[in-house]
Amino acid sequence: MKNRVIYVDNAATTAMSDTAIKALMPYLKEVYGNPSSLHTVGQLSNEALDGARETIAGCINCDKKEIYFTSGGSEADNQAILSVAYFGAVKGKKHIITTAFEHHAVLHTLNKLEKEGFEVTYLDVHSNGIVTAEDVRRAIRQDTALVTVMFANNEVGTIQPIAEIGEICRAAGVVFHTDAVQAAGHVPIDVKSQNIDMLSLSAHKFHGPKGVGALYCRKGVPLKTLIEGGAQERGRRAGTENVGGIVSMAAALKEACANMRANSEKMEKLRDKLIDGLLKISHSRLNGDRERRLPGNVNICFEGTEGESLLLHLDSKGICASSGSACTTASLEPSHVLLSLGLPHEIAHGSLRISLSEYNTEEEIDYIIKTVPEVVETVREISSFWDDLQTGKIKHFI
Amino acid sequence: MALYSEKVMDHFTNPRNVGIIENADGVGEVGNAVCGDIMKIYLKIKDGVIEDVKFKTFGCGSAIASSSMATELIKGKPLSQALELTNKAVAEALDGLPAHKMHCSVLAEEAIRAAIKDYYDKNGIEYDKAQFPEPKDGHEHPVEEV
Repeated sequence: MKNRVIYVDNAATTAMSDTAIKALMPYLKEVYGNPSSLHTVGQLSNEALDGARETIAGCINCDKKEIYFTSGGSEADNQAILSVAYFGAVKGKKHIITTAFEHHAVLHTLNKLEKEGFEVTYLDVHSNGIVTAEDVRRAIRQDTALVTVMFANNEVGTIQPIAEIGEICRAAGVVFHTDAVQAAGHVPIDVKSQNIDMLSLSAHKFHGPKGVGALYCRKGVPLKTLIEGGAQERGRRAGTENVGGIVSMAAALKEACANMRANSEKMEKLRDKLIDGLLKISHSRLNGDRERRLPGNVNICFEGTEGESLLLHLDSKGICASSGSACTTASLEPSHVLLSLGLPHEIAHGSLRISLSEYNTEEEIDYIIKTVPEVVETVREISSFWDDLQTGKIKHFI
Repeated sequence: MALYSEKVMDHFTNPRNVGIIENADGVGEVGNAVCGDIMKIYLKIKDGVIEDVKFKTFGCGSAIASSSMATELIKGKPLSQALELTNKAVAEALDGLPAHKMHCSVLAEEAIRAAIKDYYDKNGIEYDKAQFPEPKDGHEHPVEEV
């Protein structure tokens, strides 16, 4: 197995599925028309675009007119948040509610708004990485314009009580946006029954291509245009559409939703085996709620280790994973997600995220369960911090 | 391109001089767990020469490689020469470090300096205090446009 690559970083990105690749191919060569063109070649592209919109709308139970194609999850998050904020400000509503562990596409957009005079409430996600609907209800004020809470967290995989939060927002007349980048294609989404007003998704997280995503915006919720130009996307997003990418995204999402139950069952089995196997390592801890988490997410801290070292050793053994260590981010701070769960810095540095897809096999999981303890031991053996923990000079946290 | 040079990966994968020296003549520890890197260096000194050196490091790949390379560079050298070791020399010997990892080489330089100072202090040896500025723990990370 030494020269094999075991890819378990599917929360970062996924391999494209055969279905998605097959759907994309004709648009690279045969169907190259501009959907805005009047002629036959252009109209072929336009029809494909329309079909993709309908497919994606069907996957989340909305109308196709409520789907806007974007360059990905980040753009969708930016557009949703900025739209509600600026339209809310006109009515004197300049308060936004979110959680402390959102993706930076959300957090940095909110930071920008704070500089412009908006007020943002960052809800605690508790030690299990789940915000409660009650937390949201209590935070809503007269001047609250928007609640934005991610569907599932990208690092610790915890699934938020979206339907309950949506219900509270709907009753209070507050727009509810959810960044569903990690959730789409992996857990059931129904914007109607879950009371979602806006939702962001990104193709490359469910075996579609990179650089394409979508924003669902419920009819009646006004959208601002971030990219000015032509009248594409009903004037809300200029630029010639990435037709092939969009068609491919639709094919990937349709496939993911059709196979969701089988894929989840398979991944949950592998995930639970992996969690049980890795928690046998001394002074280790699972981050995020054990039950309410994405089928493919494992996030564990190993005390006395540093994440980048773990990743480099694992990579040399063919395992591609990720970490919330500061050293993997080019900044001083470890992951804001792990800190938001109340973990001290020194523990957060030693985190390992393994995110599975349905392509992973039990044999791979067995290899990971065999390899990670060796790597943790190697890193601990050389660690002065581990020495201090072992001799009692510093107290164990885990 | 890979994040690290082959030399960094070599010293990370097969670090030289790992361990501790019981009854070391000088011990230097810099960094802290909160920032994610601690480097501890042990020296055995005889007649003003570093006879043996060992290290333990909690940190990323470049922190471990910097520790390994720095110990190699001072092993068997007189203290006067070890004190001249700069973080730049450590980084160059590793065929370079990424800009945001340069602080790891600073930690190595400071850990050696701290160990030598400890040796001087323990043995009541006079030294020029200007040679031993307070360690900054190497944590003046350059602000990078990411």
